[in-house]
Amino acid sequence: MAGPPARSLKRRILGPQNNNMWFWVFVGPFALGIVVFALAPIVWSVVLSLYEARNTITPTRFVGLANYGDMLSDPEFRSSLYTFVAFAAFIVPLTFIFALGLALLVNRAGVAKAFFRSVFFVPVACSYVVASLIWKMSIFNGLPGGAANTVMRLVGFDSRAWLSKPHPPLYWIVIVTERLWLQVGFYMLLFLAGLQRIPVNLYEAASVDGASRGWQTLRFITLPQLRATSAAVLVLLLINAFQAFDEFYNLLSNPGAGTYPPYGRPPLVYLYYIALGRQQDFGHGSAGAVLLTLLIAIFTLAQGRLLGFGKRGSYG
Amino acid sequence: MAEVRPTGPRAIASAAALYGVLAVAAILFLVPFYLVLRNGLSTDIELSRPRWKYFPSTLQFDNVSKLFDNRSIPFLRSLRNSAVVSILQTTGAVFVSSMAGYGLARIPYRFANIVFGVILATLMIPAAVTFVPSFVIVSEIGWIDTYQGLIIPTMFQAFAAFLFRQYFLGFPLELEEAARIDGLSTWGTYWRIVVPNSKGIFAAVASITFIGSWNAFLWPLVVGKDQDKWTVQVALSSFLNAQSPKVSQLFAASAIAILPLLIAFILLQRYIVEGVERTGING
Repeated sequence: MAGPPARSLKRRILGPQNNNMWFWVFVGPFALGIVVFALAPIVWSVVLSLYEARNTITPTRFVGLANYGDMLSDPEFRSSLYTFVAFAAFIVPLTFIFALGLALLVNRAGVAKAFFRSVFFVPVACSYVVASLIWKMSIFNGLPGGAANTVMRLVGFDSRAWLSKPHPPLYWIVIVTERLWLQVGFYMLLFLAGLQRIPVNLYEAASVDGASRGWQTLRFITLPQLRATSAAVLVLLLINAFQAFDEFYNLLSNPGAGTYPPYGRPPLVYLYYIALGRQQDFGHGSAGAVLLTLLIAIFTLAQGRLLGFGKRGSYG
Repeated sequence: MAEVRPTGPRAIASAAALYGVLAVAAILFLVPFYLVLRNGLSTDIELSRPRWKYFPSTLQFDNVSKLFDNRSIPFLRSLRNSAVVSILQTTGAVFVSSMAGYGLARIPYRFANIVFGVILATLMIPAAVTFVPSFVIVSEIGWIDTYQGLIIPTMFQAFAAFLFRQYFLGFPLELEEAARIDGLSTWGTYWRIVVPNSKGIFAAVASITFIGSWNAFLWPLVVGKDQDKWTVQVALSSFLNAQSPKVSQLFAASAIAILPLLIAFILLQRYIVEGVERTGING
């Protein structure tokens, strides 16, 4: 083994180069993966979106911005954006309220805290496919013996076909409750972590100042202290709602026929059928992907600005 | 909250209300799991009866063997595919992203901030939104209907590298310096000193990646079109959307598909919770 003085001299000479090499040894594989599988697809899709490319992934004819024009004027594309807005309008506030409510309750549960936390978090281990299966074939299966219809009759209503009819749009209940069940535990954990970080002396000070233990401490201490967590949760909820695919695809597809009804199509389902369905239209599919990527980037940035997300220590 | 717990009838009533609400919510949350078991152990005829039944009259354990014999769905094969894909993807992802996290946190390099910025930027563009262009690239490489295609493209998750970087920033420098003085190289320091002392974060990222990988649907649906390359989720989905599916077998299959994750969840919950709490970036 070389003695320390010789090593330190060698290090002084070779140090910077060595560091450059070591940096790429460590970061290189990951960076390469990001370039090939995250950045290159985006660049390639910008190129493809300017060409005609049907049934082929190599561009055939340059069409300029025509694909974008087609997408923006396509009523189905716009309706997929409306579907997302409707979906987000339900799922974002509902998940937020339930996650926060459960976190506040679980946080006060004393010895049973760990137990309840596990119970509310365990659906995270379940996939959207399996949950869709339970929701579609058991809870909301439309049969008189299904769980939802049994409850309906108990409270004096008739059985319903929950998923197969667009009017009234009861399928939203199925879609929203499924995602709620799957994701609420995850966000509850984020709120619980946020609650842990609130300094105890704030509550002590409030109690000295005569704040009532329930509503006033919640309103003037807990909620303001959870501001950063709340902002992060809202951004994540929106981004995840934007990417919804699994439950729509599995709940609403027609058994056997392999077709999708004309209603309840969020953006990714729409893109899936444009690019990978019968049409195999990669030109329009890429234009759609670029538009959605732009939308989500703008979305995230605007949300971040508004809510102060992204400042150090705002989550985690 | 370390509050002083007041006693008296009001406090008892409010505690009863608290536990009452929690218990009702807990039961509602567990109903779907109960339904999987009940349906998976019933007959199809029993499930289509107009009256609700809490338990099947006889437990139909042979639903599982019928499922494995069912020629129309390659369920066993899909289980194997999922195991291969999830294990390899988790191993690869943890290996590559932990190294990246360490490099970004510890190795001085002039453009480190730029590299980190690029990685962070990809966090803003969720992979699901770019599945069409990713499909295009992966077909160019010729990876459609291959294990590589299922495993590698979704292996590079910025959130994992980010988690590791944040963790390594707080790793005690003294330990690493001691290793250097003992003559270990950068790699040696990392592999022999840093990794063995960071088991918690590795377990956290590995379990979150494994759950995501096992439950993934859109990418395997797009890349593994061929029946031979179906993952469990794709197989279940096509079973679900088949003409007149065998409902009880479908639920037996679901129970089997959930099982590995439930076991992992029970064993590794501490790490999963830690991972989720460290960052909200995982979807």
